[in-house]
Amino acid sequence: MSTLVNDSIPNVTISAHNLSRRFGNHIAVRRVDLELKRGEVLGLLGPNGAGKSTTMQMLTGNLAPTSGSVQICGIDLLKNPRKAKRYIGYLPENPPLYKELTVDEYLRFAARLHNVDLSRIDFVLTEVKQRCGLSDIGQRLISALSKGYQQRVGVAQAIIHQPEIIILDEPSVGLDPNQIREIRTLIRELGKSCSVILSTHILPEVESVCDRVQIMNQGVMVFSAALTELKQKGLSLERIFEQLTLKNANTGN
Amino acid sequence: MQILEINKMILTIARKELKLLFVSPLAWTFLALIQLILTWVFLGRLDAFLELQAQLMQIANPPGATEVIIVPVFAVASIVLLMTTPLLTMRLMAEEWRNHTMALLISAPISMTAIVLGKFLGLMVFFLLATLLAVVLSLSLLVGGAMDLGLLVSNAIGLLLLAACFVSIGLYISSLTSHPAIAALGTLGILLALWIADIVVSDVSGVIQNFSLLRHYENFNRGLIDSFSFAFFTLFIVTFLILTVRRLDGERLHG
Repeated sequence: MSTLVNDSIPNVTISAHNLSRRFGNHIAVRRVDLELKRGEVLGLLGPNGAGKSTTMQMLTGNLAPTSGSVQICGIDLLKNPRKAKRYIGYLPENPPLYKELTVDEYLRFAARLHNVDLSRIDFVLTEVKQRCGLSDIGQRLISALSKGYQQRVGVAQAIIHQPEIIILDEPSVGLDPNQIREIRTLIRELGKSCSVILSTHILPEVESVCDRVQIMNQGVMVFSAALTELKQKGLSLERIFEQLTLKNANTGN
Repeated sequence: MQILEINKMILTIARKELKLLFVSPLAWTFLALIQLILTWVFLGRLDAFLELQAQLMQIANPPGATEVIIVPVFAVASIVLLMTTPLLTMRLMAEEWRNHTMALLISAPISMTAIVLGKFLGLMVFFLLATLLAVVLSLSLLVGGAMDLGLLVSNAIGLLLLAACFVSIGLYISSLTSHPAIAALGTLGILLALWIADIVVSDVSGVIQNFSLLRHYENFNRGLIDSFSFAFFTLFIVTFLILTVRRLDGERLHG
C-alpha cells in the first residue's frame, strides 16, 4: 500500500503536542498530548469541567491555545488555519443552529461555508440527510424540531463536507435510546473512513463505539489506552474512570 | 484563485444574513416604515411646492422641485436610518455569540475578515434596497416635469455612505456583547452622540464638529460631493470594520 503516493493526507490525522490553555489564572487544559490515526474513533472521557470541550475547541481552531501546537493532516492549525480547517467537521456542545432557517436552508449554507462544490450540493444534501435520518423534514424550521432532531442537524452539519476528522462534543445528549443507538451506528460507520473524536459522560457509549479512550481530569490527560487492550487485560473502564477522577474530592475541588 | 474563494465566502455569509433578515418581520416592518415616513414628507413638500410655485417663479434663481421636495425627504431619511439601524445591526454578531452559531463560522475554512465583510455586505444590500425605494419615490416627480438628477444621485450616494457608517459601527458594537438589546442601545447612544457633536460645539469651529456624521451628510444632501466628507466616511467605515475583525480574533485568543 503506497499510501504516500495515492494520498497526500498522512495516516496521522491529528497530532497535538503540549496543548495548554489558561483563562486568567485558571488553567483549563495543561500539557495535553493527543494523537489520532485515520480510521480511529477516540473517546474523550472526563467529569464536568475536566477540559474536554476546551481541548476540542482548541483542536478545531475556535480557541487559540496558550501554548502547544496542533497539526491537522500535517498542516499547522495555528499557522495555516484556513487550510487545516477544511479537514475538520465539528459539532460543538451547543449545536450551532440558525433556528429561523429550515433544515435544507441551513445545511445548504453549511455546505457552501465548507466549500462544497455548487454542482454537488444537492447530491451531498440528500446523502447527508439520509445518513442522519432527516430525509422527511428538510422543509421544517429548525426551531420547530425536537432536541433530538436538532442534535441530528448538528451532526449533519459536521459531516456534510466529508471531512477527514470529525469532532463531536457530547453527540448523544438529549437523544432517546433509539436515537442514541442510531447515532452510535452512524459514528461507527464514520469511523471506518475518517477519524472521530467524541466526548461523552456515558461509559458504555465509549465501549460500544470507540477504538481508543483517553480520560481527562482537571485539565490533565490521565489515561490513554486502546479498548482491545483493556478487554484483554480484563479491566473495567468504569473502575478506571472512578479511580482516576474521584481524586477530585480529595483535592477539595 | 484565493481572492475568488474569499469573495465566494463573503457572498455566502451575505446571503445568509439577508435570508435571516427577511425571514424575520423586522426587515419588512423597517422597509414599510421608512417608505411611509418618506412618502408623507414627500407629499407634504409637494403640496408646499405647488402652493409656492407662483411666488418662486418671481425670484431670479428659483429653487427647483428637487431642491424643495427631494432634499428634505433625504434629510428625514438620514434621521430615520440613525434611529433604526441599531435595531438591524444589533443581532449581527451578538446573536451569533448568544446562539453559539459563531462556532459554525469559525470552524469553517473562512477568515474573520470574510465573516465581517459578509455581514457588512449583507446589510448594505438591504440598505441599498431602502435607498432605491427612496430614489424611485423621488423619480415619480418626472411625471410632472424635469428634475435635477445630479442632486438626486448625490443624495443617494450620501445616504448609502451614511448607512454604511451606521452599519460598520453597529457591527462593531454588536461584536462586543452577546445581548442584542445592549448592542442596539450602545449603537444608538454612539450615533446620537456623533449627531449631537455638531450641535454642542456649534459656536466653535473645532475638530469635534468634523466627527459629526450628519454634518458630512449635509454636504451630500445639498448636492455637494465633498472629497473630505467622502474620505471621512470611508475612513470611518474601514476603521470600524477592522476593529470588528480584531475583536473576533481577540475572542479566539482570550475568550
